[in-house]
Amino acid sequence: MSTLTSKIQVVFEEPACGKNLSKSEKERKKGCTKQLAPGAAAGGCAFDGAKIALQPITDVAHLVHGPIACEGNSWDNRHALSSGSATYRTGFTTDINELDVVYGGEKRLYKAVKEIIEKYNPPAVFVYQTCVTALIGDDIEAVCKAAAKKFGKPVIPVNSPGFAGVKNLGNKLGGEALLDYVIGTQEPEYTTPYDINIIGEYNLSGELWQVKPLLDAMGVRVLACLSGDAKYREVAYSHRARAAMMVCSKAMINIARKMEERYQIPYFEGSFYGIGDMSDSLREIARLLVMRGAPDDILARTEKLIAAEEARAWASIEPYKARLKGKKVLLITGGVKSWSVVAALQEAGMEIVGTSVKKSTKEDKARIKEIMGDEAHMLDDMRPREMYQMLKDARADIMLSGGRSQFVALKAKMPWLDINQERHHAYAGYAGMVKLIEEIDKTISNPVWEQVRSKAPWE
Amino acid sequence: MAIVKTSSKAAAVNPLKMSQPLGASYAFLGMNHCMPVMHGSQGCTSFGLVLLVRHFREAIPLQTTAMNETTTILGGYENLEKAILNIRERAKPDLIAICSTGLTETKGDDVKGHLELIRQKHPEVRDTALVCVSTPDFVGAFQDGWAKAVTAFVDALIETPPGHDRIQTQINVLPGCHLTPGDLEELREIIMAFGLTPIILPDVSGSLDGHMSDAFSPTTLGGTTLAQAHAMSASAHTLAIGEQMRPCAEALEKKSSVPFTVLPRLTGLAPNDALMTELMRISGVTVPEKYRRQRSQLLDAMLDAHFFIGGKRIVIGAEPDLLFSLAMTMTELGAKITGAVTTTQSPLLASVPAEEVLIGDLEDLEKLAEGCDLIMTHSHGRPASERLGVPLHRVGMPLFDRLGAGNRVTIGYRGTRDFLFEVGNLFLAHPHENTPQTWALPASTLTALATAATAAIHAGNGHD
Ligand code: SF4
Repeated sequence: MSTLTSKIQVVFEEPACGKNLSKSEKERKKGCTKQLAPGAAAGGCAFDGAKIALQPITDVAHLVHGPIACEGNSWDNRHALSSGSATYRTGFTTDINELDVVYGGEKRLYKAVKEIIEKYNPPAVFVYQTCVTALIGDDIEAVCKAAAKKFGKPVIPVNSPGFAGVKNLGNKLGGEALLDYVIGTQEPEYTTPYDINIIGEYNLSGELWQVKPLLDAMGVRVLACLSGDAKYREVAYSHRARAAMMVCSKAMINIARKMEERYQIPYFEGSFYGIGDMSDSLREIARLLVMRGAPDDILARTEKLIAAEEARAWASIEPYKARLKGKKVLLITGGVKSWSVVAALQEAGMEIVGTSVKKSTKEDKARIKEIMGDEAHMLDDMRPREMYQMLKDARADIMLSGGRSQFVALKAKMPWLDINQERHHAYAGYAGMVKLIEEIDKTISNPVWEQVRSKAPWE
Repeated sequence: MAIVKTSSKAAAVNPLKMSQPLGASYAFLGMNHCMPVMHGSQGCTSFGLVLLVRHFREAIPLQTTAMNETTTILGGYENLEKAILNIRERAKPDLIAICSTGLTETKGDDVKGHLELIRQKHPEVRDTALVCVSTPDFVGAFQDGWAKAVTAFVDALIETPPGHDRIQTQINVLPGCHLTPGDLEELREIIMAFGLTPIILPDVSGSLDGHMSDAFSPTTLGGTTLAQAHAMSASAHTLAIGEQMRPCAEALEKKSSVPFTVLPRLTGLAPNDALMTELMRISGVTVPEKYRRQRSQLLDAMLDAHFFIGGKRIVIGAEPDLLFSLAMTMTELGAKITGAVTTTQSPLLASVPAEEVLIGDLEDLEKLAEGCDLIMTHSHGRPASERLGVPLHRVGMPLFDRLGAGNRVTIGYRGTRDFLFEVGNLFLAHPHENTPQTWALPASTLTALATAATAAIHAGNGHD
């Protein structure tokens, strides 16, 4: 456990994290994990976070070392898509029993790795630590090391047991496993001046594929995506990229920063959500590549692409503008950065009557304030009952949120759209924003609302 | 008579099983104005919540004591205390039901003792009923957690001696977790048709039947009330549905001397005849016309369906009680159960009509399913079904790729009829069309022929 504790300290002291820098020394030591309130907490554990971050690597076996709760209740419940292997969707777990708890589960773990390599022959096995096995002192690092040596294959320990903290911490600990064991262990066949990494993009519902055609058109090659639709070997040689984009909040900032430190890969933080943000991100990619020595004609090419695609997106949104003008949106997000979506919705003429900033950093909040003007609209921690009342009183026309709160909206008989992890639609890039507007319109204008709100004949 | 085997693999691949605390939490959800709590780290609750939400497409109240490494090692008293006070303050439930998890069990937290202390320290908490159950993740499965939770309710909530005399028209129902909210609704209707009033414990048909309510509630809305649970000791009889509920019925009998009957299943003709007989006996009322009619409809359906189900090789992956029910019903229509995989031990497994029952996972099921005609398991069976090109009939939990999972009815004469139609229709939708290759001669015949031909040539040469 001492290695884990020191790992967590390292992650908490992330110097590139703006939120962290604004804290006092003492606050920082405490880390980003507030002590959760028993009986009033929601959200995944650190194991969940690590799995979210790494499971999108499609060709490896993800083996969960622990009792059935961790994998049995959760496997294959996300929509990270693959263009090739489906191994990542297979649920592997040691499913430890009472005897393992008493005598230790290391032997079972070793045997499990062996079975998986024999049966499925993946390029690598990722082994996830969980609460019970951490508590009884199973040393997954040692088992992985022995197994890797014996079977001649990378066996990667992911030391992020649930009780170490929240999902966000797990994202980072997952990243640490890649930094410690995977990145820099292989070499690409060839490199180009246009090779980039995309960090923190999980290809949920195929969102990476909404962006990739744009990069292709610019002549940019995604050397590795961490970790959406990634193959093991791509992650292993990602240290040869010329530049990197870090997507989505601070979830994997440790990877971006350490790769800059170790391999001199400059990165920027950008977003694929929203038309303006998408364009900014493409420009920044081009700029960074030129800075690293790529021929500068890519800049003009990028501008042309942006002009054409922005025009196309606006033309597609135009017909919705009249219908959506003045519609009030309540935006409760977790993973997706609030401000980028806020800008996008405003682009379509909608009014944001509230947005959650529970997981946003100070800069995020400043940015939202800049865009929305009124701080009163930022909701720190809205209780479901308040959301319900807000919708019931028709202070909002639609709620965009994660699956957890969908029933708050539906039971208030108000339109709702899923914009979190489990969603089925892809909302990235220009195409994605058009899709989001389309979906909002489709939902708001559905005739079902009028029917469910009508009174029964006896009322 | 089946031989029961346990998979000897070190790694479970594509789990069939879900954890005990989740089963217990599901039982908690069948209590009215209840807040279910998992005593463990928050991730367990989060996963359980997502799974139940995906299955029922309903809001699920489920809380956590949010244990971390330090609090686990120091013991969970403080977190339990905070959780209870917080929940009482924020959600004002009638009942807070707590199940332990692998983490807190490994540490050996004495939840019962903790609750005692909390009650003493905070007299104001007396207005909230507290129930706890021990459900380590590394033992048993979903169905065991459910049964333990119901037994805990019986121990904690049933009033003894009964507040008043026995009510001859009141009966208790202890349903297994394989009965859906829709099934419970159907069962209640059947029982009431005999002039009896059932108290169902727990009653997920009140809370998870997917209805619209006018208010928002952070706790369950609907389900067994505490008053109903108290009153169970005054009932004339208890019906336990599924072998998993036997210990609960026994506990109830011990506590209140209400006699019980275990009905192992309610799908199929004979089991429903048994139910009718039992209800007739308890109520003294003859079978209502409605069910006589439904029985004859079922007979007709069985005749229609046997053409398509008869002779089919079916592989089932389900928890013991559901497995037994499905396997029996299919066998009674002439199908053969060529593979049976389950999650946990049960005295019922030996009577599953298959050669062998394996306590295993969906990888085991997929192997057994090669060349079979139909797979029955939960939604995670889909990839296997696609890989093998064998149709899948979704049963049990989780069903995340179907609407109305909670409203499916497969019990009673009517529910059995609809179930047979559904399975029969799957075979109709995947007919074995004959092709010119269907009756191609086997390799053995062809080689025999080839050898004969060579021999003939050789023989011919010899004559020359
Ligand atoms: S909190 Fe711990 S035991 Fe629960 S799911 Fe997460 S890792 Fe597993």
